[in-house]
Amino acid sequence: MSEVLTHVADNPAAPHAVSVAGADRSGRGKAVLVTVLKSALALVFGLPLLFMIVSSFKPDTQIFADLGGIRAFLPVGDIGLDNYTGVFDRVPFAQFLFNSVFISVATVVGGLVVNSMAAFVLARMRFRGQKVLLAVILATLIVPFEVMALPLLWEVNLLPYFDGVEFSQGWLDTYAVQIVPFIANAFSIFLFYQYFDTIPKELDEAAMIDGAGWFRIYRSVIMPLSGPAIATVAILTFLPAWNQYLWPLMVTQSEAVRPAMVGIDYFRQLNVSWGQLMAYASVITVPVLVLFIAFQRSFVNSIASSGVKG
Amino acid sequence: MKSSIRRRLTVSAAVVTATTLLLTGCAKGGGSSSSGEDGTITLWTHNAGNAGELGAIQTIVDDFNASGSGYTVDLQAFPQDSYNQSVTAAAAAKKLPCIMDIDGPNVPNWAWAGYLAPLEGMDEELSDYLPTTIGKYDDKIYSYGFYDVSLVMVSRQSILDENGIRTPTIDQPWTKDEFSDALAKLKASGKYEYPADFQTGSTGEWWPYAYSPFLQSSGGDLIDRDDYKSADGVLNGPEAVEWATWFRGLAANGDIALKSGSDPTQAFANGKTGILYSGSWTAVPLRKAFDDTVFLPTVDLGQGPKIGGGSWQWGMSATCDNPEAASAYMKFAAQDEYVAKVATDTNNIPTTPGAAAEVPGFEDGGENDIFRQYAQEYAVLRPVTPGYPFIATTFTKAAQDILNGADPQAVLDQATKDIDANQQQNNYFQ
Repeated sequence: MSEVLTHVADNPAAPHAVSVAGADRSGRGKAVLVTVLKSALALVFGLPLLFMIVSSFKPDTQIFADLGGIRAFLPVGDIGLDNYTGVFDRVPFAQFLFNSVFISVATVVGGLVVNSMAAFVLARMRFRGQKVLLAVILATLIVPFEVMALPLLWEVNLLPYFDGVEFSQGWLDTYAVQIVPFIANAFSIFLFYQYFDTIPKELDEAAMIDGAGWFRIYRSVIMPLSGPAIATVAILTFLPAWNQYLWPLMVTQSEAVRPAMVGIDYFRQLNVSWGQLMAYASVITVPVLVLFIAFQRSFVNSIASSGVKG
Repeated sequence: MKSSIRRRLTVSAAVVTATTLLLTGCAKGGGSSSSGEDGTITLWTHNAGNAGELGAIQTIVDDFNASGSGYTVDLQAFPQDSYNQSVTAAAAAKKLPCIMDIDGPNVPNWAWAGYLAPLEGMDEELSDYLPTTIGKYDDKIYSYGFYDVSLVMVSRQSILDENGIRTPTIDQPWTKDEFSDALAKLKASGKYEYPADFQTGSTGEWWPYAYSPFLQSSGGDLIDRDDYKSADGVLNGPEAVEWATWFRGLAANGDIALKSGSDPTQAFANGKTGILYSGSWTAVPLRKAFDDTVFLPTVDLGQGPKIGGGSWQWGMSATCDNPEAASAYMKFAAQDEYVAKVATDTNNIPTTPGAAAEVPGFEDGGENDIFRQYAQEYAVLRPVTPGYPFIATTFTKAAQDILNGADPQAVLDQATKDIDANQQQNNYFQ
């Protein structure tokens, strides 16, 4: 100890060295703490997913026998693919998956076009009542869907429907009824509006001098510069479209147009098939997981930007 | 310039095609109309994912379609968990199918709301059906069911014997004291976290279906059945308070969980409880789990054991535009042959004696005959009033509050007040 003190006294830089060492130690401690906290958070969010996947390979009796211990998260015991076979026997899985993919993708594509156009008009063009219109659109965000569900049901039931051959009344039990009401979205318009607002107006003026009209400016100038906003809106539209439950429950009557989320109820009979339910949940989570892993960076950025900006 | 026009045309055509596809969604699913012009009517069932019952219903539909009646039935299956919401939404849109199944206690409400049409001219076909499987409102028949189910106390003979617990019979069920004694013995054995599982974690209709029979066994009821106008005196009288005190005592003593696990049947199969209060639908999995499973009568709290009566039933919608076809199907399906078919495939209690003789296990002395006997001896219909859905949710809340330790008299007085107010506000559903 005395050696250290002597060494410190002899060295003018020593106090600094001590503080740097201390800072290093406290920095390391902080980093360890952050890592531990992050790991704990990862476990909190990851364990249910792990439990779902592991349980999907176990028979019902074993799922419950393993509850309350670490075995619940381990692929041990009577492991097999029976639950997955059961899922494919019990629900028209391919049909449900196709329906969900079709509905989600159509909603995303439609949403990107319609909402970006609306936002373009609000952000780039000038007309009387522009701000009021934007405020009215944003005000619709405070109305929850559950409040609108019944009036919307009545409305779509009165709309004329063309099935390619003839007209009839009502949109119930169609893909359209699950897609069209969700294309125009105030939040998506707001996200596009915010992004478009940051693009210099001089670009519009330059394009106009070159003879471009508003649509050309939207298509050839603004949209090509809006990759991050497009990714954000695409992801934030896809997730709720994929997870839709209440609305399809109300408007679909046949399996031909029923989405995968409603299919989960097929396993909740008097004697619930927990293993099959976990297998089904695992299978319908895969597309979302793949999407998440593929667009992880955009997804995180989109959540961050939509939460922080504005 | 030309290529620009061509490109614009191509884009426009693509947009128009995509929009058309999007809007039309290729085609309708096929389930949105109650009846087609070609004599096709739609039938809805709550059995999506339930292979046994769905298969049996499909057999009836196929047989009817092949019977040469001139009508065709198109079956649409919905998952049970969300079936009522789907029907209510369809009713709001005036798009009910011609034929649908209904949970028994909802029949008066759906009949009053105008969803259902009375079944005319079926008295003969339904003459020997169990009374609990006929849905009536305002002296008219609105529905019939192929089966009923029975509430039971499930245990294992070895558990009863090891703990010196008497095996109750239909003639001599457990009394309240005997049941308390049995629970005390199971608790003393130290083998179970809770001696009994009353499925208190279940939600929805389970609460009035499973726990109001105990109220009735104590001498109380959900509403005065003389005129269905008030619950005063029956839901908050001394007998009802006695039931509530007993019910709360089960949880307070640690005899049952305040909120049992998500699958009590599996918990019993894994040896976590000694007695399971459940239904005849557990017979198949629990006989498979143990070779000494016993299905016992429920407890007699003073007025004899009681169990809820009425399961899923079939009716015709009031908005069906081909009632002749619907009526033809309803008569066709009411035959013993189909009652037996559905009861066999679901392992439930067949509604007619003729069908019972054909269903393995339900013949006299068969292993499932006991369920039919319980249904005949103990079943009490849930109140036959359109106000039942409100009564059911009010009772559920009251029972949950009581189990959680609220004052029984205060809770039951409030529930009575709420039910009376609802009946009155709706002019007693007249």
